[in-house]
Amino acid sequence: MQITRGMRIVDAKAYVAERLGVSPFDLSDPIAMEDVRRERQLGRITTFEISYPTEPSAMEAKFRIAELLDLPINCVEKFKERAGVRADVEPKNLR
Amino acid sequence: METQYPTRMGDGSLTRMTRSQLRGELEEGTLAAASRGKVPSLTADELDHLLDIWASPAKFSAVDIGDEVVLTYDGSGSKTVGTRTQDLLIYEQMFGADSVELGHVDYSFKAIRTILPFEAQTMKDAQAVLTVPLMYGAMPNLGLYSKPDGPAPNWSELLPLARIDEARAAQEDAVGYAVEDMVKTADAMWEAGADGIDFDTAGAAGDGDFLATLLAIERIRAAHPDMGIQVGMAGEFVLGMHGRLEYDGVRLAGLWPRGQMELVRRAGATIYGPAITVNTRRTGAWNIARALTLVKPCMEVAEIPVHMNIGMGVGAVPTTSYLPLDAVARASRATVDILRLDGL
Repeated sequence: MQITRGMRIVDAKAYVAERLGVSPFDLSDPIAMEDVRRERQLGRITTFEISYPTEPSAMEAKFRIAELLDLPINCVEKFKERAGVRADVEPKNLR
Repeated sequence: METQYPTRMGDGSLTRMTRSQLRGELEEGTLAAASRGKVPSLTADELDHLLDIWASPAKFSAVDIGDEVVLTYDGSGSKTVGTRTQDLLIYEQMFGADSVELGHVDYSFKAIRTILPFEAQTMKDAQAVLTVPLMYGAMPNLGLYSKPDGPAPNWSELLPLARIDEARAAQEDAVGYAVEDMVKTADAMWEAGADGIDFDTAGAAGDGDFLATLLAIERIRAAHPDMGIQVGMAGEFVLGMHGRLEYDGVRLAGLWPRGQMELVRRAGATIYGPAITVNTRRTGAWNIARALTLVKPCMEVAEIPVHMNIGMGVGAVPTTSYLPLDAVARASRATVDILRLDGL
């Protein structure tokens, strides 16, 4: 919200918390957010797990984050273009 | 006898001071900044709070739970332990970084232009495996556009010869070249999937360097409305190497953080980062009071997030390679507590 929307932190925390259904205070609580991330499939730190094939990987998680926050994420949009998911946009070739 | 507390000098060396001595350092620091920057000094309540943070033997100090802010970085993908993408993953997965930044070891846009396709491919590959926002960072570094490294005459050689008009014209030439390199890099990074671009140490070569950054931001914002654009300054005060350059009717030479932030916002950036240089001969207490006094007027009018530079040699963090945690923690907490920053 800060990087692409230039939103200041109090507003950004309120926006994200509202979209996630938690309070702004919860956002920096790793215990509360672990549950939110697991339930909503937003990507987690999986270092301590032996196997996590059904967990979303980075790009998969970013699709969900973009949708949940109603925030276009550039690499997700580019992924859609190049995978042919967005038929309305021609992929660019910079060369 | 008053208790003495361990505390740091600006070069990182450890010393000991009483609460009264630390209070004196804080008062001198804010008065020095108020005089130099022509801004109000910190209030008595603010100085009291700083004193409580500094007059403590604790190794670590932190903001209240719930007041945490997010971090952006210059660096974090610098091929320190493996590939750059592995470094970025370590920052995300093991350090818990809120965002990361890809950069080349030759961290200047002019150098980057020669290897841009490789940099863009690294950006695309990294975006496939990272979840946190990923920016691309480099320095405007206007000096590289002067001879013998670049095409423009060398204004640092012309100025001592009193060839002022030629020195000014050389800088104006260099601004044009620098803008093109920054815009081309941003275009390529956006196509590769970057979340944003970070202009690090903007203004390092003076007002021409800062002007080039602002002009590049204008064009990037027009081309990519959703691109994150961060500007981290090189110093607290824009040097007048040219002296007459203006942006949007405002003379750039001599701008302090409040004026810098206003122009950065007008140009179209989304995050502004003030940098206040550390005086290594003074204490951390003196330096933090000085830094906060210079940045506070900027926070009173900020309409975009402000991520103050808190790192080696800036923002009251000592100028040393191995940063003492006690000093970094105190500076980080103080800037967020007093200034209500949006990030570091």
